[in-house]
Amino acid sequence: MTAAAGMQLVCPAGNLPALQAAIEAGADAVYVGFRDRTNARAFPGLNFDDHELRRGIALAHARSRRVFVALNTYPDAGRLRDWLAGVDRAAEMGADAIIGADLAVLDHAARRHPAMPRHLSVQGSATTAEALRYFHERCGIARAVLPRVLSIQQVERLCATSPVPLEVFAFGSLCIMVEGRCQLSSYLTGASPNRDGVCSPAAFVRWDELPDGTRTARLNGVLIDRFRAGEPSGYPTVCKGRYTIDGDAFHALEEPTSLNTLELLPRLARAGVVALKIEGRQRGAAYVTSTTATWRRALDRFAANPDAWSPDPEWQRSLAAMSEGRQTTLGPYHRDWH
Amino acid sequence: MEGTALTPIRLSLGPLQYFWPRQRMQEFYADAAGWPVDVVYLGETVCSKRREFRLRDWLALADELTRCGREVVLSTMSLLAAESEVGSLRRVIENGRFQVEANDWSAVQLCRQRGLPFVGGPTLNVYNHRTLRLLMEDGMRRWVPGVEHGRESLAGLLAATAAEAGNVPELEVIAWGRLPLAWSARCFTARAFDTGKDECGFRCLDHPDGLPLATREGEALFVLNGIQVQGQGISDLAPEIPELRALGAGLLRLYPQAQGMDEIVRRFRAALSEPGAVARLGAVNGYWRGGPGRTAA
Repeated sequence: MTAAAGMQLVCPAGNLPALQAAIEAGADAVYVGFRDRTNARAFPGLNFDDHELRRGIALAHARSRRVFVALNTYPDAGRLRDWLAGVDRAAEMGADAIIGADLAVLDHAARRHPAMPRHLSVQGSATTAEALRYFHERCGIARAVLPRVLSIQQVERLCATSPVPLEVFAFGSLCIMVEGRCQLSSYLTGASPNRDGVCSPAAFVRWDELPDGTRTARLNGVLIDRFRAGEPSGYPTVCKGRYTIDGDAFHALEEPTSLNTLELLPRLARAGVVALKIEGRQRGAAYVTSTTATWRRALDRFAANPDAWSPDPEWQRSLAAMSEGRQTTLGPYHRDWH
Repeated sequence: MEGTALTPIRLSLGPLQYFWPRQRMQEFYADAAGWPVDVVYLGETVCSKRREFRLRDWLALADELTRCGREVVLSTMSLLAAESEVGSLRRVIENGRFQVEANDWSAVQLCRQRGLPFVGGPTLNVYNHRTLRLLMEDGMRRWVPGVEHGRESLAGLLAATAAEAGNVPELEVIAWGRLPLAWSARCFTARAFDTGKDECGFRCLDHPDGLPLATREGEALFVLNGIQVQGQGISDLAPEIPELRALGAGLLRLYPQAQGMDEIVRRFRAALSEPGAVARLGAVNGYWRGGPGRTAA
């Protein structure tokens, strides 16, 4: 169904119902994580234990879909064995690939399980052909997910020069910083995306409401944002707060918005991008169903008639409804973005 | 790490993180030639649009500092996006005379291909002994851990490396300066002035120590430095020198700042000859104790 499009649709699943929803809605592959700190969405109540993952892989394989297991946080010396054991379990369960960032984790997978493909995670921060060549030569990666810092022109060039096929983020919450190199959350809370698989974790969030209806959102005591009565408020991720510079308060780092590259689909396909990734393992089955189904329709219609393709307004409405702050952006793909 | 305490700790002047006019840079490094630092890192690590010094200027300065008895290392960019930036990186690495600090996997790859030893900079993610060992195989001789590392995580990592590999790279710890926390495709300085990155007008030149960002309650939080975000507090590990010595640190890195850098260097030099702990001048580095990097003022 999707071979003609050339691009695989890779969808998130934080639990078994989301995995099933992704498959029903037309995902070519689903990415998941174990229920511990070995992956970048180590949120309470999320992810898979061994039993659930076995079932998920069986469900996916019965429909000829793939399951990628993210082991994409960075283990410290004392905990490395847990990550390596995670790689071994993924291989034993028949995962179609692991998604890793740490050199030691990828190296272990390459040596012990050479037949299981290794994908370089977005957390691996590889943005050039040379960086990709490093991971290719060192750990034999079969694919890399690009950090969300490149313009569409740069993605096109990289597709032409990369030693490995590339996957890019198509839709979802937007990390404004180079993934794998953001310490904003750990600077405020000590909980780190790299080490702990969390960003601005809920355990540090405190909401307060003042008598006039003003609401404040704090992260470990630091004011991230303040909202007037009735003003829509978003989750206080460090990079999405309002701060002051020279007395002006604004979203100095990033607005609460989601990445949406739907209109770039033909360019990404022609550039040779092999897979489009939907962000959001922390989101529920309804989000997974809606975003997967929309992108499936878009990809199928592109495959059927690439030259006549244009984004359907209904698709855009549906994606906007699933976005942070109901806003979407082309983000860094678009050179004029600032 | 026993035994390494006998080796005296040396001082390094880290790469200039901010963007200064050419004359200010010339004056700064002319002064630096007289400061008691052992190693000087030169080069642009943040933004490829910052070209007050070209490679030939950096190399001329490197020669001059070498004549003054300093070891010079050429630092490289932390975030590369355009092919032209990789081309510039290649020219730095192929300079033929000076070792480089690799701040991205691109630089690691180019050094490794050429069999050149390198310094592993703080933006390479190294959190465990096995990764460190793989990088040592690649030619990493000295390592500057990322900002999240604290005393305990480093001690565990180095002990595990020594046990497995038999040796460890020279350890250089960031001991003074604002901690680099994040990099982006977006230029935050340009955004603060509501202009695009391509039309930034080199606003960073107006902010020799970065552009301060505060919460809406007026609490200083970050400093914007082009595409880089730094912690607001100037991290100071001088009081922790006894711990750094016990850990086996070979070098302490001091990041340049616009004012008073000579006094900072002399203070660290004096602190290194003190048997005990010296008083704190800058901010507590919370990461060092395994907590949040930021500590309440």
